[in-house]
Amino acid sequence: MAVDPIILFDCVNKWFGNFHVLRDIDLVVGKGERIVICGPSGSGKSTLIRCINRLEEHQTGKIIVEGLELNDDLKNIDSIRSEVGMVFQSFNLFPHMSVLENLVIGQHLVRRLPKKQAEEIAITYLERVKIADQADKFPGQLSGGQQQRVAIARSLCMKPKIMLFDEVTSALDPEMVKEVLDVMVDLAGEGMTMLVVTHEMGFARTVADRVIFMDEGQIVEENSPSAFFDNPASERAQNFIGQVLHHF
Amino acid sequence: MEPIQTSFKTPKSPPFQSQGARLWLRSNFFSSWFNTLITILLLYAIVTLGIFILEWAFVNAVWFGDSARSCPNSNGACWAFVTDRWRLFVYGLYPHELYWRVNIVYILASLTILSFLFSYGRTTKTFRLLMITIFPVAAYILLIGNYFGLKYVSPEDLGGLLLTLVIASISILGSIPLGLFLALGRMSKLTVISKLCMYFIEFWRGVPHIVIIVMFVALLPIFIPDGGKIDVVVRAFIAFIVFNSAYMAEVFRGGLQSIPRGQFEASRALGLSYWKMMGYIILPQAMRNSVPALVNTCISIFKETTIVMLIGFSDLLGIIQLSLESSDWVGPPHIFSSAYTFAALVYFIFTYGMSKYSERLENRSNVDL
Repeated sequence: MAVDPIILFDCVNKWFGNFHVLRDIDLVVGKGERIVICGPSGSGKSTLIRCINRLEEHQTGKIIVEGLELNDDLKNIDSIRSEVGMVFQSFNLFPHMSVLENLVIGQHLVRRLPKKQAEEIAITYLERVKIADQADKFPGQLSGGQQQRVAIARSLCMKPKIMLFDEVTSALDPEMVKEVLDVMVDLAGEGMTMLVVTHEMGFARTVADRVIFMDEGQIVEENSPSAFFDNPASERAQNFIGQVLHHF
Repeated sequence: MEPIQTSFKTPKSPPFQSQGARLWLRSNFFSSWFNTLITILLLYAIVTLGIFILEWAFVNAVWFGDSARSCPNSNGACWAFVTDRWRLFVYGLYPHELYWRVNIVYILASLTILSFLFSYGRTTKTFRLLMITIFPVAAYILLIGNYFGLKYVSPEDLGGLLLTLVIASISILGSIPLGLFLALGRMSKLTVISKLCMYFIEFWRGVPHIVIIVMFVALLPIFIPDGGKIDVVVRAFIAFIVFNSAYMAEVFRGGLQSIPRGQFEASRALGLSYWKMMGYIILPQAMRNSVPALVNTCISIFKETTIVMLIGFSDLLGIIQLSLESSDWVGPPHIFSSAYTFAALVYFIFTYGMSKYSERLENRSNVDL
C-alpha cells in the first residue's frame, strides 16, 4: 500500500437527491501512483474523482487532499483546486480565447505570474503536447484530439501535483484517441499522480499501478492491472470485462 | 466484386450556375400565372404608394413658413413646422445663449459613438474606455453647469431631443450594470439572494411603467421623509434605471444560461475564484450571446423615454406636441401628420443605428469562434 498518501477517502458518502451515488468509499492514493478507475456507466466513477477537486461536494465522511481536508472552508478549496489538474470528456476549452490565452489565464490569475513568463511556460507545455504551432488559433478551429491535448497542457501549466482525467477519450473520433493517450503515457512516465476514469483497457494495462472497479457507487474490486484483467476476483468485474473486451 | 480504387479523384468546381437577369426575374417573379398576377398587383401597390409619398413629402410639401397659414394645402407635408421650430426640438427650453454647451455635448457624444465604430489596433479598448468614462462627466458638467464658472441650468429645463437622449443613455448605461448584478444574484446558490433578486425583477417587470414613474415622482416624497428634496429629474432617472434593469437582468440571465456547465467547471478546476471566473470566462461569452436581446431592450428603452411626458417633461415628442398647440401652429390636421412623421423618422434613425451596430457586433463575434 502507498507509503506517502496524497489523497485519502474515509467512508465517503454522497447522494444526488435520494440517489446514493457514492457508498462508503475508502481509498488511499500514494504520491506518484497511477490509478485507473473503470466500471459500468452510472457507477459513480466520475463523481468520485470530481469530489477530489470539489466540483462535487460529499455529504458524509472525510476527504483529505495534500494534507488538507475538503470542507466548507472556501480558502482551502481554491488552493486545492489549483494543485489538482482536471481534464474533461468535453475538453471545456474557453472558446473566446486563443489556445495560448487558454493556457495563460490560469497561471496569470491564480498563480499570479506575469503574462510574459506565463506565455513562456505555456509554449513549453504546448511543445510537449506537440501543438505549439497552433498557439494563436481558437479552440473551435482545432480537431477534437488537438483540443484535448490543449486541455491537458492547460492543466499542466498550473504545475499540479495531481491530475484527474474524466473519460478524456470518450468524445474523440477513433483516429484521435491515440494522440491523446500518448500524451498521458508520457505524463505517467514522469511520476505524476494520476487518477484516470477510462474504458481504454490497453492504457490501463500498460500504465496503471492499480485498477479500481466500481459498480453501484461502491469500490467492488481493487487490483493490479494484470490480475484484474486476467483473473478478476468479483463476478461483476468478470461480467464487465467480458462485455468491454467483447467487441475487440 | 468492385475493384479497389487506387487513384484519388481531384476536386472539381460545382456546375456553373449563370442565370442572367432575365432568367432570374422569371424564376423569382413570373414562374407561374399566379405568381405573375401577385407580382403585378404588388408592383401596382408599391408604385401607387411611392408616388403618393413622393407627392406628399416633396412635391406638394411646404418647406418654410412661420405659422399654420403657410401650409394651406392638406395634400402636402408641412415641413415648415419643423424648420420653424427645430431649435426647440433639438435644444428644448435650454437658454438660447448657452446653446454652445449643448453643441459641445452633441459633438462629444458623436465622437464617443464614432470611437466604437472604428478600430485603433491595440489601443482600441483603452481609447473606448477613456471616451465612455470622460463623456458622462463632461456632459453633466456642460449641461447642468455650476462648475468651472459655468452658469447653472436646472435639469428641468432640459427638453426636446436633448432630454430624450439624456434619459435614454442614463437608463441604458445605468440599467446594464444593475441588470448584470441582478442576473448574477438570481443565479446565486444562496437562496436568500436569488429569491430577493427574483422578486425584485418580477415586481418591476410586472408593474406598468407609467405607474412606476408616477409613483417615484408623486408618491416618493410621501413615503420617504425628505424624499421630496431629491430632484424630480433624478427621481425619474432612478425610476427608469430600476425598471429597465429588471428587463436587462432577464436578458443577461438568458446569456448566462446559454454557457455550458463545462465552462464553469473548467474555470473552477483551474482554481479561479467566482469573480474571476465570471469576469474573464463566463461573462465575455454570455455578453456575446446576449447582444441581440440586449439591443432589442435598448431600442425599447429609447422609445419608452416618451413616458416622461406624463410627469410634465417635454422630450422630443412632448415638445412637438407643445409646439402643435402653440397659437402659431394650431390648425388643420395635416400639420399633425407631418409633425408625427418627423418624430417617427427621428426615432427610427436612432433605433435603426442601434440595430445596425448590433449586427456588426454579432458578425464580429462569429469570426472568433
